[in-house]
Amino acid sequence: MKQLTGLLFITLILFSACKFNAAETPKLPIYGNRDTVSKMVNGKMVVDSVYATIPDFKFVNQYGDSITSKSLNGYVYVADFFFTTCPSICPVMHRNMLKVYADYKNVSDFKIISHTIDPKHDSVPVLKKYADKMGISGQTWWLLQGKKEDTYQLGEKSYLVAVKEDSGTPGGYVHQGWFVLVDKQKRVRGYYDGTDEKQVDKLRADIKTLLAETNTTIAQ
Amino acid sequence: MKSRVIGLLTVLIAVIIASCQSEDELEFQRYYNGGKKLYEQKCQNCHSAKGDGLSNLIPPLTDAIYLKKNKALLACMVKYGIKETIITINGKSYEGAMPANDLAPVDIAKVLTYVTNSFGNKMGVIKSEVIDRYLAGCK
Ligand code: HEC
Repeated sequence: MKQLTGLLFITLILFSACKFNAAETPKLPIYGNRDTVSKMVNGKMVVDSVYATIPDFKFVNQYGDSITSKSLNGYVYVADFFFTTCPSICPVMHRNMLKVYADYKNVSDFKIISHTIDPKHDSVPVLKKYADKMGISGQTWWLLQGKKEDTYQLGEKSYLVAVKEDSGTPGGYVHQGWFVLVDKQKRVRGYYDGTDEKQVDKLRADIKTLLAETNTTIAQ
Repeated sequence: MKSRVIGLLTVLIAVIIASCQSEDELEFQRYYNGGKKLYEQKCQNCHSAKGDGLSNLIPPLTDAIYLKKNKALLACMVKYGIKETIITINGKSYEGAMPANDLAPVDIAKVLTYVTNSFGNKMGVIKSEVIDRYLAGCK
């Protein structure tokens, strides 16, 4: 009997140790280059790591409203790249994205942004019509249009390069239909093949994890 | 003696009919299986694996009445694509663009046999010769 109590005690300790560990490391990886900076805090030198974040941008959404990176402050979001006349993978991606939308459209700190890579054809009215046909309304899912160079730059330099350098995920993301999960600090937290139902299911679960993560910056 | 001959004859006829049927069945399978592959390559992205399309953007392939009524038109749609046409499927109207697919008549026959015998449809085989005829009538 005593032994049993002892065993129980040990198990309990192990268990809480596990829990403690889980709280220390973020459940989802943080992608992108990281730098360390030294700064003075209360007269002491502290080394802090700084993660790559999605830089400022300025686009316009399907309602004609101007959208900047500030508009996404405080949101967990998923980004992808598409065009409305895309005959190949885009319908598959957006069939899958509709599931993400259905899950989270009423969550106040979540958004989806889809950048068109064909801004010449995909004007604001074209995007609005597409949204209507997809059955998306409100402010959860924005279809963003802007200068082609800006969109490509953002896709290649901010979302894609980080993948290549950090995780060895194959490139060509703009054409491969990646869904990119970004946290409230604008750091990339996941890449999912938007044409693969299983990976999209994983994304749907990971969004929940990320939303539950505290807003405080995670150490290391 | 007489009854024996009749018996034998009956068996013979039965065998012939059965083998004819299985020949038809085989032909259907050939078209259907080939069509499934083509569908996965050329159509599934848009119309989905279950044939249910995508919201109001891409129509489902489940409107058996529409498919039956427009059998000839289907071949033209696959071959030449669809542009600026309003199509009403299951009571909902669609206005999108479908790209042309430069498939051989036999492949159009296969893919349409697959479509018209999947997703709850059951129209039987559409043969290559019939597709030839349909294509000749495309506008
Ligand atoms: C780029 C997306 C796309 C691809 C690929 C595509 N379709 Fe379509 N299809 C459409 C759209 C959009 C319409 C409706 C056009 C309209 O509204 O005028 C349509 C209409 C149809 C229709 C008539 C309406 C209906 O729902 O019954 C049939 C039949 C059809 N497609 C079959 C096929 C077949 C077979 C293939 C493969 C060989 C194919 N489609 C490939 C987008 C596509």
